[in-house]
Amino acid sequence: MAYLDHAATTPMLPEAVQAMTALLPLAGNASSLHAAGRRARRTVEEGRESLAAALGARPSEVVFTAGGTEADNLAVKGLYWARRAADPARTRVLTSPVEHHAVLDAVHWLADHEGAAVEYLPVDALGRVHADALREAIARNPADVALVTVMWANNEIGTVMPVRELTAVAAEYGIPVHADAVQAVGQLDVDFAASGLAAMTVSGHKIGGPYGVGALLLGRQYAPVPLLHGGGQERQVRSGTLDVPAVAAFAVAGTLAAERRAEFAREIGALRDELIAAVRAAVPDAVLGGDPDPAGRLPANAHFSFPGCEGDSLLLLLDAQGIECSTGSACTAGVAQPSHVVLATGTDPDLARGTLRFSLGHTSTKEDVAAVAAAIGPVVERARTAGLS
Amino acid sequence: MSDFPGAPSAPRDGRRLRVLAAMSGGVDSAVAAARAVEAGHDVTGVHLALSANPQSFRTGARGCCTIEDSRDARRAADVIGIPFYCWDLAERFREDVVEDFVAEYEAGRTPNPCLRCNEKIKFAALLDKALALGFDAVCTGHYATVVVNEDGTRELHRASDMAKDQSYVLGVLDERQLAHAMFPLGDTVTTKDEIRAEAERRGLAVAKKPDSHDICFIADGDTQGFLAKRLGKAEGDIVDEAGNRLGTHEGAYGFTIGQRKGLRIGHPAPDGKPRYVLDISPVTNTVTVGPAEALDVTALTAIKPRWCGVAPEGPGTYTAQLRAHGGETEVTAELVGEELRVRFTEPVRGVAPGQAIVLYDGTRVVGSATIAATERVRTGAAAQ
Repeated sequence: MAYLDHAATTPMLPEAVQAMTALLPLAGNASSLHAAGRRARRTVEEGRESLAAALGARPSEVVFTAGGTEADNLAVKGLYWARRAADPARTRVLTSPVEHHAVLDAVHWLADHEGAAVEYLPVDALGRVHADALREAIARNPADVALVTVMWANNEIGTVMPVRELTAVAAEYGIPVHADAVQAVGQLDVDFAASGLAAMTVSGHKIGGPYGVGALLLGRQYAPVPLLHGGGQERQVRSGTLDVPAVAAFAVAGTLAAERRAEFAREIGALRDELIAAVRAAVPDAVLGGDPDPAGRLPANAHFSFPGCEGDSLLLLLDAQGIECSTGSACTAGVAQPSHVVLATGTDPDLARGTLRFSLGHTSTKEDVAAVAAAIGPVVERARTAGLS
Repeated sequence: MSDFPGAPSAPRDGRRLRVLAAMSGGVDSAVAAARAVEAGHDVTGVHLALSANPQSFRTGARGCCTIEDSRDARRAADVIGIPFYCWDLAERFREDVVEDFVAEYEAGRTPNPCLRCNEKIKFAALLDKALALGFDAVCTGHYATVVVNEDGTRELHRASDMAKDQSYVLGVLDERQLAHAMFPLGDTVTTKDEIRAEAERRGLAVAKKPDSHDICFIADGDTQGFLAKRLGKAEGDIVDEAGNRLGTHEGAYGFTIGQRKGLRIGHPAPDGKPRYVLDISPVTNTVTVGPAEALDVTALTAIKPRWCGVAPEGPGTYTAQLRAHGGETEVTAELVGEELRVRFTEPVRGVAPGQAIVLYDGTRVVGSATIAATERVRTGAAAQ
């Protein structure tokens, strides 16, 4: 088996598994006042502190959620509602057309139900938003912008956004910026304080932690309107009993991701470059998606379009040979549609049907790359015979 | 490990047969896929997404193109333990089945979209893609049987259980398509309850799912409403055989020959007997009605014949089926050029241009053709 879909989810780190399983048998609600509660509280707060340290944030800026999607929704909707409540003129949401659906669909929902005017900042052929485009969009009417939400790095094509340049522009107008950094953590130098972001989404299972836990890093001056009402946990922003074992394991994974980042990025980047070279050697007309400059792309990401192929066919044929990858964002599964990300970069719609994303991770080996190198040529040839149905 | 009668030939290199199981999300196709696995084949499940805008949930027992159906199919594949994919054939389906369906009604004919789907989608678009990707066969939950002759040629036969038989909607398959078709349910004499019991035994949740009967792309079952939306209102006259105006209609396409209900003619016929649609003329947008006996058809011509094997030569005696759930009737048929000329031993009623006629020799499907024109006993209702 060659598992090359780490961007969808990556195996839990043994250290995280250990932290989690050790806590599973223990009772204790972190909101309770007795000894068991205090122990749970301590575990959560230690996790909060280590995760904050790993991400360049203050502990009070970590709001635990049930995952990346919830954190994205809390940031986008919550900040929109709060900013609009403070000034009814603020109804414009600036985003990019290459966002994950957790942001894109939340923004659509605001447009459909909350009177938001959604504006998509242009991206270049690499899928990147530029600071001058943001400046132009804001300058048209700085008073009506509720928030800006642009991801840190793209989950499909791996393109890294100029986050600090974007936040610098928004800061001139006092507009908060949210970034979905789910893919960036562990691969890029993610420092919340230095980023200038108001809010930032991170997820447990993408960095070797458990499923079902994530966090919104949230600047102390921001009070988004909550999605969930209840016990008032997490700064009154996110009610719900905290999942203590998951928080602890998430924190362990986050700490290790930060500690190992530089070395991991170097090694996985080299392996990724091998994979790209192997695919190009086997299929000379394969088109690399995203930024060809390693400085501008996630080190674990390789994305290709194969002319004349259906992504589904490629996936099926590789799967049959034990190679597991993705046609794009796994959330689009069901009826395959050309990826909105790939289309947004100006790729021809027919070409956009034949995309594959290989994403590497901490268990990836040279053997995985060799398996792709051996399989991809014949697989593409066969998929071409099947054509575009 | 026993294979089904007429299963595609085993690959020469000794590997297992690679089978693509079309899984609608219903009980039949799920059990068919499970049986193909049990027979020792290398099976992959695929659900065809045929609707560009799938509804989230099934409403009642209609249709088969919702996201819920796709999930049901996926869940069944998980239980069976086979890979599963969802293939988007919505565009092909729209072009080859839905548009054809609308155009046929618009032309005053009565199409059968299920036949068309088998001909153009399941055993064409899907089969071609499957073969190109290295599969040997497409497996479906249809009730029909394939028989292999000593010389290796294949025949399509009715299912062992006549009550379940679906060979009519497969009558469009030619020998090449048959060579790659697998119908694991065809040789079982069984009731639906037994198939459901088998699904239950196999742990398939679709065991309790209601059957789908209607046209899958018309989710609410309202064919007239669907056509009205597509074709718009076109008011015209309802006349009797002599041409007297009896009433009006809102679109000739909304009628089917032999239809009795929904004519909304105010006054009764002089003889007090019910009136039926005898003829639909899209050119004049006129619907002709008359008594039941005027529906009696003695002969027909049919076009676009497709043969499950070699085309028959000279006139021959066959049994014919004219509707998916219709009975058999004796005919003599002859292929003249590209036109099939059929004469009924006894007059039959309710024969509409656009329908398929499937010819049988005993249980063997000989072939099919699309009815183009009919000859009536009474001359008043002119054939188209």
